[in-house]
Amino acid sequence: MTTAEMWQQVPLAPPDSIFKLTAAYKADTYPRKVNLGVGAYRDDDNKPWVLPVIKKATEILLNDPNLDHEYLPITGLPEFTSAAAKLILGSESASVQEGRAVSVQTISGTGANHLGALFLSKFYKWNGQPIIYLSNPTWANHHAIFKNVGITPVDYPYYDPKTIGLDFTGFLQSIRDAVPGSVFLLHACAHNPTGVDPTPEQWEEVATAFLEKGHYAFFDCAYQGFASGDLDRDASAVRYFEQRGVPLLVCQSFAKNAGLYGERVGALHVVGSNQEEANRVRSQLSVLQRSEISNPPSHGARLIALILNNPDLFEEWKRDIKTMAYRIIDMREKLRDILVNELKTPGNWDHITSQIGMFSFTGINPTQSQAMIEKAHIYLTANGRISMAGLNSKNLRYVADSLDKVVRGEL
Amino acid sequence: MLAISRRSIAKTTTSTLRNASVWAAVAQGPPDPILGVTEAFKADNDSRKINLGVGAYRDDAGKPYVLPSVKKAEEIITSRMGDKEYLPITGGSDFTQLAAKLAYGADSLPLKENRIAVTQSISGTGALRIGGAFLARWYPHSKTIYLPTPSWGNHTPIFRDSGLEVKGYRYFDKATVGLDFKGLIEDLKNAPSKSIVLLHACAHNPTGIDPTPEQWKEISDVVKEKELFPFFDMAYQGFASGNTNRDAFALRHFVKEGHQVALAQSFAKNMGLYGERVGAFSLTASSPDERARVDSQLKIVIRPMYSNPPLHGARIAATILGEPTLYSQWETEVQGMADRIISMRERLFDTLTGLQTPGEWGHIKSQIGMFSFTGLNANQTKALAEKAHIYMTADGRISMAGLNAKNITYFAES
Repeated sequence: MTTAEMWQQVPLAPPDSIFKLTAAYKADTYPRKVNLGVGAYRDDDNKPWVLPVIKKATEILLNDPNLDHEYLPITGLPEFTSAAAKLILGSESASVQEGRAVSVQTISGTGANHLGALFLSKFYKWNGQPIIYLSNPTWANHHAIFKNVGITPVDYPYYDPKTIGLDFTGFLQSIRDAVPGSVFLLHACAHNPTGVDPTPEQWEEVATAFLEKGHYAFFDCAYQGFASGDLDRDASAVRYFEQRGVPLLVCQSFAKNAGLYGERVGALHVVGSNQEEANRVRSQLSVLQRSEISNPPSHGARLIALILNNPDLFEEWKRDIKTMAYRIIDMREKLRDILVNELKTPGNWDHITSQIGMFSFTGINPTQSQAMIEKAHIYLTANGRISMAGLNSKNLRYVADSLDKVVRGEL
Repeated sequence: MLAISRRSIAKTTTSTLRNASVWAAVAQGPPDPILGVTEAFKADNDSRKINLGVGAYRDDAGKPYVLPSVKKAEEIITSRMGDKEYLPITGGSDFTQLAAKLAYGADSLPLKENRIAVTQSISGTGALRIGGAFLARWYPHSKTIYLPTPSWGNHTPIFRDSGLEVKGYRYFDKATVGLDFKGLIEDLKNAPSKSIVLLHACAHNPTGIDPTPEQWKEISDVVKEKELFPFFDMAYQGFASGNTNRDAFALRHFVKEGHQVALAQSFAKNMGLYGERVGAFSLTASSPDERARVDSQLKIVIRPMYSNPPLHGARIAATILGEPTLYSQWETEVQGMADRIISMRERLFDTLTGLQTPGEWGHIKSQIGMFSFTGLNANQTKALAEKAHIYMTADGRISMAGLNAKNITYFAES
């Protein structure tokens, strides 16, 4: 067809808001500009950090004479998926030991969320319309992912702007109010974007409420190890829910904790009730995967498989994770210290250190966020979320000063 | 730390879970007709076994072949140890521009006029899926795609799951083991105007039967006459004839003729990058502004599926395509792979003729690319698997790449 009527009516879609923020930052020529929008780790020189263990694993891979680029199985590299399952579910997990956990390698966390959502859309026994309960707020892409497969997102209360903390009462009540057999998306640790996580005791109450209502837990775990610095500790909510017998799946990403962002390494783990069921679930996940990507990308999975299955490399990885997690925790402590003890900034700033993971909800409003961008050239999202990874010893003071000024209305 | 042992909770037994099981009603899904063949092959312990199932190239020793140019590119990449930051949703522009140049040709008008919207994809499958989803959403005139009969087995689920209706046009003529050109033209003429038609750019999978350049010109005329939308699937550029420009003839002819096209491109075979999942999906637009709008909507398709594409394979491809010496080296290697396949075809033909096997076997030599339609039926392919430990897909398709000097006689005899 040679007429111009092909794509004439295709409208320009709005750019992704985070990418837009990054683009604005890049275009800014102000010498002291700071990017607190990006959800990728930066070292103290504000540079992307390729983990030393990843460099080591890459060399090993390259020097392996048996290395080829053959297709992986549809469900991914077996050495990767089985080790990844043990990592999140724990080697003492009943489902892992009994061979009833189904693991599929995915295009990082997004791919796992998408495949999990797609699987539910086709096979979950919905009690009414297909609905997913998402925390208010949540990672923006969650909404798009579920809508894309015909599942309607509904907010559950989560963040309390008054306390800059968890609205646990609202959260628990929404679990009790939802129709039995509802599906709730839970952030396993380091909630994105708030950094506000339930306490262990709160997780216990959530699990009890889930069991009472027969709900399904859709865990999203993008920050295992990154939250506290300890891989097992960060997996405790997921493992606890499995031990309690809550039906669940977990989406796993190695983007952040292994710094493998662009290599797209992730997995979806679905806990089945027996091996026979697991086989059926696996077969259907394979069918879904085959008509979208056929099989997942090899390189990143091989790196992680090497690391997870080699005790020395695994220890080294744990050290590299701690390097990242501790630098972020250090930035949190220092930021709070400057605000509270030096600048005596109005307001309570405990949330800076009680919040967990890469992000922090500062508590400032959209107008104040806008002022930070326009007046101070400090880039953050309109909801007041900052990426702690964007803070470093060189810009910390400047950010603290600007935050202080904007709160006082002096920016 | 959550400590379940502190509480006295009845241990949830697996039988309790079974009663409450969420997935009790999930039916067993069918094994993949193509990838399942390799699984059966792996399970076989016979020393004579041959895998002619999957379309992955093998050298004359029956081993996977890592192209030297690919190895070199990987060494360069590793020595640079660039970061692992997220690629843009549509991939790195160095890769996408080079991929488009390879397919369309550097002197292609839409390329020069910045009218090609191109995104990196999860190899060919991903490109087809992005294309299917985009067309289902944005192609205004039809939601039906016509596939040649037969076509790659995965085409149907890809397009159906994208939301398109899948129909067929005649292609393979069993009687001649060749192209049913008359049937093809008839079916395209009878298709509703402005329907979508899938065309294998070269090395048709599974038959290995391609239209001649003259036939392509006729097809282009009919497509124009019926205002059909051509969606090219090019998974074997360079692999068919050994020459990347020659293999892109059909695509480039259509573009020259003024058709607006969609293209799914794979680097799985021609760069041997199979598992790294390197591909690209592109659409020609009527203006740079339209290109920008299409590009923005491609991002909307991709973001909720997997956010952005994998880095490693695209870096390898871009390194090769962007560096003249490596590029030439790669072209030579592609020629080498194609030549070995062509020589296997000739040997198989000679061996079968020498054995005076009943039937006409000329098609083995005239067919193009990695695959050959033997003409065997499902019972015969099953017998070959069970009795001779030779594995192929049930439709009688063999991967020529699986043949080599050592096994070709055994295969021919079987």
